[in-house]
Amino acid sequence: MFEKTGIPSKEMVTGKFPSIERINKGPVAVVECYKEIPCNPCETACKFNGINVGDDINNIPVLNIDNCTGCAVCLSKCPGLAIMVVDGSKSEENVQIKIPYEFLPLPERGDIVRGLDREGKYVADVTVVNVLNPKSFDRTPVITIEADRKYIYELRNIQVEA
Amino acid sequence: MREADLVVIGGGPAGLCAAISAAESGARVLVIERNKVLGGQLVKQTHMFFGSEKQYASDRGIDIAGMLLNKLGCFNNVEILTETTVVGMYEDGVISVLHKEDVYYKIKPKAVVVSTGAFEKALAFPNNDLPGIYGAGAVQTLMNVHGVKPGDKVLMVGAGNIGLIVSYQLIQAGVEVAAILDAAPRIGGYLVHASKIRRMGVPILTSHTVKEAIGKDFVEKAIVSQVDEKFRPIAGTEKEFDVDVICISVGLTPLNELLSMRGCQMKYVPQLSGFVPIRDENYETTVEYVFAAGDATGVEEASAAMVEGYLAGLCAASKIGCTPDDFDERKSDYVKQLNDLRSGPVSRHILSGIEQIVI
Ligand SMILES: Cc1cc2nc3c(=O)[nH]c(=O)nc-3n(C[C@H](O)[C@H](O)[C@H](O)COP(=O)(O)OP(=O)(O)OC[C@H]3O[C@@H](n4cnc5c(N)ncnc54)[C@H](O)[C@@H]3O)c2cc1C
Ligand code: SF4
Ligand code: SF4
Repeated sequence: MFEKTGIPSKEMVTGKFPSIERINKGPVAVVECYKEIPCNPCETACKFNGINVGDDINNIPVLNIDNCTGCAVCLSKCPGLAIMVVDGSKSEENVQIKIPYEFLPLPERGDIVRGLDREGKYVADVTVVNVLNPKSFDRTPVITIEADRKYIYELRNIQVEA
Repeated sequence: MREADLVVIGGGPAGLCAAISAAESGARVLVIERNKVLGGQLVKQTHMFFGSEKQYASDRGIDIAGMLLNKLGCFNNVEILTETTVVGMYEDGVISVLHKEDVYYKIKPKAVVVSTGAFEKALAFPNNDLPGIYGAGAVQTLMNVHGVKPGDKVLMVGAGNIGLIVSYQLIQAGVEVAAILDAAPRIGGYLVHASKIRRMGVPILTSHTVKEAIGKDFVEKAIVSQVDEKFRPIAGTEKEFDVDVICISVGLTPLNELLSMRGCQMKYVPQLSGFVPIRDENYETTVEYVFAAGDATGVEEASAAMVEGYLAGLCAASKIGCTPDDFDERKSDYVKQLNDLRSGPVSRHILSGIEQIVI
């Protein structure tokens, strides 16, 4: 189905997530790159050796859960915008998710925006807790949203009203 | 008649890299480009590129063009002619050019690299000549080069990388994309691109084609239908989309009439998307001193086009007597980069195409 729709199945998504115990310890990347393509900037962008592609740049990237600090640098470097960061250490009820977002208008800190899933469907309203857009991110801003934990495997995008 | 050492025809990524590498080898290079600006397809690519660091992965196409131009600007043995089209290549090695549509003259180079890129395929359906029906390249040029929205609501035909990327750029420009269709049963482009459009809420309809456009003075509707495994429309599956733009992105085909005209042996290779020149591993065609690189030798990617350009430029320079000391190392580095890029499943068809043309 994925090859027909572009929507990964629930199992594919959860298969890329680190364990909840790891997520509860602090921010960590989720690398949703499922197919072999000639590409490796995720590996070269990471200073901590957090992602391995290896000698064959067609390999599927693998997250080194122990090395990843959740710094989010790779989010802005991945041409597929395939990486997000999840962080369950901030509260018991909520999770924070960092996503790359290349649209205008950019949301502002404190805004409530519509949280969407991998099909673009509305999931829940979410709060924007940070917007990072430094020059080094080269026009791929990273938005941090906070939402109820139960949506951790669903949220992947936001819609910002103009 | 003007004399020249190495002439590079077409200033896209392949041509620019051919010029850089030939200039590095010490050859005097003349780059001829028909557009006002150099960069080829790169000047309208606002998205980040795939590949590895050596091919500027994760930089945006338009910035890659800038970086290549900066590199080229460091050489004083490179001359650039823009708004100049090569209109003929003849048996005696002479090429004829048309500058700004009114000055016509001849050049006699010692060697040429033909890197003229590719052009878009069309799609036949009733009313496909209505205003509002564009090729993906035109939509990108309007939007990303001139800052003009092509319309308000678009139906994209073709789910290869170009269809997916142009859809994404349309949404970035504030244009609604009603759906992306593809007659194939699977999405042709990279799935990371497909997923990023899908999560914006844009449906991707595989095994679908556009049957007809409807409108009086411009497109008002598109009728689409499902197709069977032989790509025949299935009656009763028609759907209507209210759109004012139908964007056609059904692939490119190599642009190389010049090579045919010059007498290079050509072969139709479906995996390389059309007629391409037979060549050796140095990217020299069957006509001595005529080299080719980039999409003109088979439609692929800018990453591969750049490395092919470096390789063809190096070998063409060497052919006319400018062989750098590190020729062997450079050549094997470029060959390795190409092999690395093409080692995965998405390049299998490219490799099987290349096998048929390398002598
Ligand atoms: C929407 C889109 C997205 C893409 N995304 C990617 C990507 O993410 N990663 C990637 O690696 N690749 C990507 N590509 C592919 C990439 O742009 C092409 O493969 C690459 O540009 C080919 O380079 P080239 O130099 O062979 O040809 P071109 O870039 O097409 O350049 C050819 C040049 O030759 C000139 N020319 C042609 N005929 C003549 C003549 N007779 N006289 C003078 N000049 C002439 C043309 O004006 C042009 O400037 C994308 C392409 C498109 C359209
Ligand atoms: S989030 Fe930071 S540490 Fe983790 S893989 Fe990405 S770049 Fe490396
Ligand atoms: S940079 Fe992104 S698209 Fe490229 S291999 Fe890494 S995760 Fe996949």
